[in-house]
Amino acid sequence: MADTYTQLVNSGLGRNLAKKLGLPQPAVLRRYQPGQPLVAGPVVVVGDTAGADKLAAELLSWDLDVRRHAVPAEKLGAIILVLDELEHPADLEKPVLAAAGSLRDLRAGGRIITLSRPAAEATSPEAAAARQGVDGFLRSLAKELRAGATGNGVLLADGTTPTSASALGAITFFLSARSAFVDGQFLAVSTEDGSLPADPERPLAGKVAVVTGAARGIGAEIARTMHRDGASLVLVDIPAAGDQLASVANEVRGTALQLDITGADAGRRILDHAVQRHGRLDIVVHNAGVTRDKLLANMDQARWNSVININIAAQLRINEALLESGHLGPTPRIVSVASTSGIAGNRGQTNYAASKAGVMGMVRASAPLFASRGGTINAVAPGFIETEMTARIPLAVREVARRLNSLQQGGLPSDVAETIAFLASDAAGGINGEVLRVCGQNLVGA
Amino acid sequence: MSIDGQSTPAPDGSVSATVPATRRAVIVGGNRIPFARAGGAYAKSSNQDMLTAALDGLIARFGLQDERIGQVAAGAVLKHSKDFNLTREAVLGSALSAETPVYDLQQACATGLETVVGLANKIKLGQIDSGIAGGVDSASDAPVVVSEGLREVILDLHRAKTLPQRLQILSRLRPKDLAPLAPGTAEPRTGLTMGEHQALTTAQWKISREAQDELALNSHHNLAAAYEAGFFDDLMTPYRGLTRDANLRADTSKEKLAALKPVFGRNLGADATMTAGNSTPLTDGASTVLLASDAWADARDLPKLAAVVDAEAAAVDFVHGKDGLLMAPVFAVPRLLARQNLTLADFDYFEIHEAFAATVLSTLAAWEDEEFGRSRLGLDGAFGSIDRSRLNVNGSSLAAGHPFAATGGRIVGALAKMLHAKAASTGRPARGLVSVCAAGGQGVVAILESL
Repeated sequence: MADTYTQLVNSGLGRNLAKKLGLPQPAVLRRYQPGQPLVAGPVVVVGDTAGADKLAAELLSWDLDVRRHAVPAEKLGAIILVLDELEHPADLEKPVLAAAGSLRDLRAGGRIITLSRPAAEATSPEAAAARQGVDGFLRSLAKELRAGATGNGVLLADGTTPTSASALGAITFFLSARSAFVDGQFLAVSTEDGSLPADPERPLAGKVAVVTGAARGIGAEIARTMHRDGASLVLVDIPAAGDQLASVANEVRGTALQLDITGADAGRRILDHAVQRHGRLDIVVHNAGVTRDKLLANMDQARWNSVININIAAQLRINEALLESGHLGPTPRIVSVASTSGIAGNRGQTNYAASKAGVMGMVRASAPLFASRGGTINAVAPGFIETEMTARIPLAVREVARRLNSLQQGGLPSDVAETIAFLASDAAGGINGEVLRVCGQNLVGA
Repeated sequence: MSIDGQSTPAPDGSVSATVPATRRAVIVGGNRIPFARAGGAYAKSSNQDMLTAALDGLIARFGLQDERIGQVAAGAVLKHSKDFNLTREAVLGSALSAETPVYDLQQACATGLETVVGLANKIKLGQIDSGIAGGVDSASDAPVVVSEGLREVILDLHRAKTLPQRLQILSRLRPKDLAPLAPGTAEPRTGLTMGEHQALTTAQWKISREAQDELALNSHHNLAAAYEAGFFDDLMTPYRGLTRDANLRADTSKEKLAALKPVFGRNLGADATMTAGNSTPLTDGASTVLLASDAWADARDLPKLAAVVDAEAAAVDFVHGKDGLLMAPVFAVPRLLARQNLTLADFDYFEIHEAFAATVLSTLAAWEDEEFGRSRLGLDGAFGSIDRSRLNVNGSSLAAGHPFAATGGRIVGALAKMLHAKAASTGRPARGLVSVCAAGGQGVVAILESL
């Protein structure tokens, strides 16, 4: 699992060697620890709109060190470009060049965040051009950043303000170390729904969450992260993984439910367990998934069907059972694990990619269904994550796969878990039907 | 206060407030690890490892982390001297609160059932609100006893002060002293193993080879079907790569069982009917059962599957050949049912531990025998017969294996689940009888009722 290369180039001799040879120099990313400051330095809010003023005032009220103009040579934690009133591509010039002057002052692990509007909702070609322009600008800028700094954008639906709960939730997530491996991505906030947590250290306090595939790897890490954030947990995995499941359940003080999610009554059994034992069900994380890789020419029925059945058909069945039950909490949250394989494709993974692309389709189409019950459904699409599964990839292939992103390294299970925990929180109530990549801005895919 | 647990009426007719009224003891659920054949998957696991694993699976299933349980009672039959505080050590190694008190118990094969009975009684009396009963045994990691000669030399060496003294003591050692005494299942008072004892009983009750093989076949097929139906999904936590009982032979057949040579009672000639196929093998494993008062279970939103209604123990004089070694339940069940005013027809399920297929069949034969009923059970005639379709319906020890002290927990956890499901599907209460025979001519039996 250890990325020994990253360790090497961050030590004295290795650092010099990598520099001389022009080798990639991935940074050790800052990752979330309870009690850690939200952002490592002053935050510059660029932009002269009313929204920018309100956002700056809001961040100031959180005791952040907020600047409206950068002080030359002062090291910065983050730059937020408020671009909520773009009417023409020419409007980009002033805020973009203001940010440009401060880029060299961005600290290691710094953050760039844009706030803009979705192009699809623009009423004129000029406005649409300006809004879409932010897309290319931000994705390119993210690739210029160094030393673990990332750039991400929040897309605010027309009518939602930069200080709405989910806009602030998304900004907080991107500013924080929780988003260490999320880079070059846009997250759309479509409504004013949602609320900021009473205790930012425990944003899931009082929630009951189910995590499938929780016996090991990313699933176990999701359980740990959500436990840290205050949730009560029901951990699900197949009966054959029951010993590892019990060990994770005992670690996070949850209950273990040995269950094959492809069973016809899996949804009802999950719901029954959560409601009987924990009184309610607020969050379901569909993490369980398998790979049965083969070139399509060699694909057999068993491989194809098991992947489709476990990775997507089971989720569809469980969601249907949850929606029909009427027993979900008042603000239900579903978060599914997709994959960048489902976006960009991957040789030998036609079945896996079909299932994971299917997850994205399901999430988008299910969003209105969950919205009508006060809830949301979203997905995360991990890129190269350091797990037991990726550790089995041959070394050379693995090394290449690791470096093919803007952060030049693989992500950790905790990076996926942090993103899921955010999407499952009340602060993400205005985010629905979205697929957020956790891939370090991998070069393939959207 | 009376000593038999009954409330004593005061002279004015009121019940003394200092005597606790009895209340219900409910079974919340069970957990066990798959049973392994001796020398198999758990060959390197100690009793403590296995009991801890069975406890941790139970804790995870019911969210008992950091919980202070009223008392945990468990034990092992084959126990190392280093395991003097086996259950306490297992609890300390588990996710339970370290403030959970425990006791160890040993009643041979009835150990597990007796821990259920003991803790249920404490719950009924209000002494504890929750309990975990259990048992574990490793036939692989069995304690090896050294010869008496070697033992004396080791103890004398320990007491010796000088080198010449030590050399002198060591010179007493003879090669034969170095051979360890293998643990056996022989009865100290008769020198006969359990299998040889049962072979005598089998011949006495004229139990046929065919009937034994049929019972063994049913055990395997019933257990295999239960696995297929997912029956064990919430009763078992895998351990050391095992996800099913290693002894299970789902594909066994009448022909395969008929082909096996007798291993017990070979001196009986044609009457030798007991084979490795219709006798339980030596097994490793552990099981646990969570018991509680209604209030304790309700406060934690835990399920309530069944209640422990009553239990009875019996013993027989096998030493003088009055009864077979494993026949004590034959006497315990009639006494228990008489006390509860029940007959065999009042039960939905019977769980009769399959130490040997012939043990179950001998028990049934004794109950069906008019003369035995009159002369030994003090009844007007035969005690009765049972509906065989209600016997060991999800398999028993022949297929699952029999880690001595773990068998009671296996049966109670599974039966409680079966009774609860039966009651849910029929809408009326369901009742189950558990019968476990034990070495030393003992037996423990109990009644469970659905909730």
